[in-house]
Amino acid sequence: MDKNLSQRQLDMKRSLLDQGYLDEQFIQLEELQDEDSPNFVEEMVTTFYNNSARLLENIEQALVTGPIDFAKLDNYMHQFKGSSSSIGATRVKNECTRFREHCTAANAEGCIRTFLRVKQEHTILRTKLETYFQLARQAGPSASGGGAKVR
Amino acid sequence: MSFSAPLMENGFSSPRNESFPAGLRVLVVDDDPTWLKILEKMLKKCSYEVTTCGLAREALKLLRERKDGYDIVISDVNMPDMDGFKLLEHVGLEMDLPVLMMSVDGETSRVMKGVQHGACDYLLKPIRMKELRNIWQHVFRKKIHEIRDIESHDSFDGIQISINGSDLSDDGHMFCGEDLTSVRKRKEFENKHDDVGDHSSPKKHRVVWSVDLHQKFVKAVNQIGFDSKYEVGPKKILDLMNVPWLTRENVASHLQKYRLYLSRLQKENDLKASFGGIKLSDLPSKDPAGSFGVQSSISGNQNDVPNGRYQYSGENFFAQDLDTKNHEGDLKRVVSESTDTKSTLTADLPDPQETRSSQMSFDHSFASLDSEVNYTAIPAQYSWSEAPQFKEEHKPLLQLEDGFSQLPPSGLHHIQIDPLQSASSITSGLSVTGREICGPEKIKPLYAQFNGNHVSLLSPKESAIDSFPVQSKSHMVKHQSFEPISTAISGMKPQGFNLSCITDFESCQRNLISATDTTFAPFNEDLTVCWLQGDCHSMNFELPNVEFTDYTDPGFIAEFPIYLCDTLTSDNECPFDTPEYPIVDQGLFLS
Repeated sequence: MDKNLSQRQLDMKRSLLDQGYLDEQFIQLEELQDEDSPNFVEEMVTTFYNNSARLLENIEQALVTGPIDFAKLDNYMHQFKGSSSSIGATRVKNECTRFREHCTAANAEGCIRTFLRVKQEHTILRTKLETYFQLARQAGPSASGGGAKVR
Repeated sequence: MSFSAPLMENGFSSPRNESFPAGLRVLVVDDDPTWLKILEKMLKKCSYEVTTCGLAREALKLLRERKDGYDIVISDVNMPDMDGFKLLEHVGLEMDLPVLMMSVDGETSRVMKGVQHGACDYLLKPIRMKELRNIWQHVFRKKIHEIRDIESHDSFDGIQISINGSDLSDDGHMFCGEDLTSVRKRKEFENKHDDVGDHSSPKKHRVVWSVDLHQKFVKAVNQIGFDSKYEVGPKKILDLMNVPWLTRENVASHLQKYRLYLSRLQKENDLKASFGGIKLSDLPSKDPAGSFGVQSSISGNQNDVPNGRYQYSGENFFAQDLDTKNHEGDLKRVVSESTDTKSTLTADLPDPQETRSSQMSFDHSFASLDSEVNYTAIPAQYSWSEAPQFKEEHKPLLQLEDGFSQLPPSGLHHIQIDPLQSASSITSGLSVTGREICGPEKIKPLYAQFNGNHVSLLSPKESAIDSFPVQSKSHMVKHQSFEPISTAISGMKPQGFNLSCITDFESCQRNLISATDTTFAPFNEDLTVCWLQGDCHSMNFELPNVEFTDYTDPGFIAEFPIYLCDTLTSDNECPFDTPEYPIVDQGLFLS
């Protein structure tokens, strides 16, 4: 185990938390990680990204196709928001909330705008997490979360 | 771990469950794959036994297959195939399990809705471990309430009757050698197992209204209904039922619950109706040239699968042979409404007491017995989404006759098809005869009129719809099919699904299923459910055998029998399974 790497991993996690990219839920996921599922967090993040791509696609379609159905959009976004909450993607979640507000207000332009932000946050977070997991792998199994509490 | 009888000794302190809550069997339903995995992991960490499910439909299927296979259900509110609230209702009614709702949305109105639909709790995502660790309390609480329920029904307080050996109660019922002094403890689970008759008053042993028993009950009710609309009384019912160990009090109490149930169904239907509809899942209408081919396309939502599955395949909706003018009128109305694509099923109940020669038969479906049930043709695919129109049109679908007339007229009513007991004119095989309602357009209300029987349209929204007891071939159904329904209706608490109802339904279903070859089964199932949920209108279920013979939804059938069977079996075993059957208060054992 490379102390530096594991320290870097911890630092990065700390930073992601502090900057609001991730929240407590992420920590919870790490706490769930154990010897039965040593890569639990990464697996969850992967599942999330796979699934969310589909959800985002639905939203995008709904935005560009024909007259906008705000109720439907809201529904899709609700799903997406729920999904984002699963890994603690705070910033993404917040953008989702804003998006939904625009839906409620039937503000198409607002929806489109916030949707782009949602996608952006979604992508940024993915990149950061990829880096994070790489660090975690390099740092060795004992450093990959599993109870590390960074608060 | 299964909380079966022994558990009941003193709540959960029986030796068998020392490890409680470890091993709690949880069913998690969530369409989000990430959450599903996370929750599974979390619950496993709590030492629970977890089953996951990504679809509400699937969940219901699992639940029905193993009625007593789960202790608690956790479900997301927002799911693609079915509204989480609907699932909630179904579970509450059919299985009487505690259900927790989850959502990322914590809006008060949503939470309130959850509670209204019977959720034991509403969890906000992201969910914490500590919240999950404590979910066992809901299971425990329910058990305790059940016990209390039983006890209160039995007027146990202060009654210490010890009866040894056989004893004859005042009603002349044989007591089966129970030592009552210890009954209290045993009662909870023994009720279900004992063949204990009623003790001498004041202490009543809890009667377990098994499917068969309930069927008899409904049959009797319907019979009476036919003859004398408004005079259904416990004594008469009891006489007709011809069950030696049953007392008038048992019947009276059951009747009351039945009525309550119906009325609740009704209210819910109304409510739902005003919400836009009941959606019937799409039914492919494969109905072969049925006589009536009402094919309203059911609105696409398959949302509630169980709900309102009125899946009548296209035509089968009965052509109700409305002899009575009322019926005709209604029928037509129904029909016309059904033409719309989504007509809601609401059948106005025409004044039931007409001659009942109307036969509603949808191709083998509702035979409208002369009794009051007039089923207006049930459109094959009904989309319940036409609630609004539904509502206006049908007002009191249900006409509760005889004494059940508490049915508030409401748009959507549960269609409660009463198995026509009287069946006089119900002929199985009533196929939609000429009078049938023409095509889709006509059939609007699904079960139109049950002569006062509680025809409550099961609004798809409500799970009630599901339990539309469709009897495929009238023959078998005659009473049976409806009986369960009736049972279900009687006094079912909305949430507390009445096990007995199910059981009845189950047997009914079985009959139906065996008798028919239609995919009617599912329908029944749905119906049953429906009933439970809805208001319990005291309806006089005199529905003729509604036979939805042409139910072509295979899914229904499949589902149907399963859970019914489960219910039955579970009835005897697990306290969980026996929903606090408030109705079942008299300790009739499960026959």
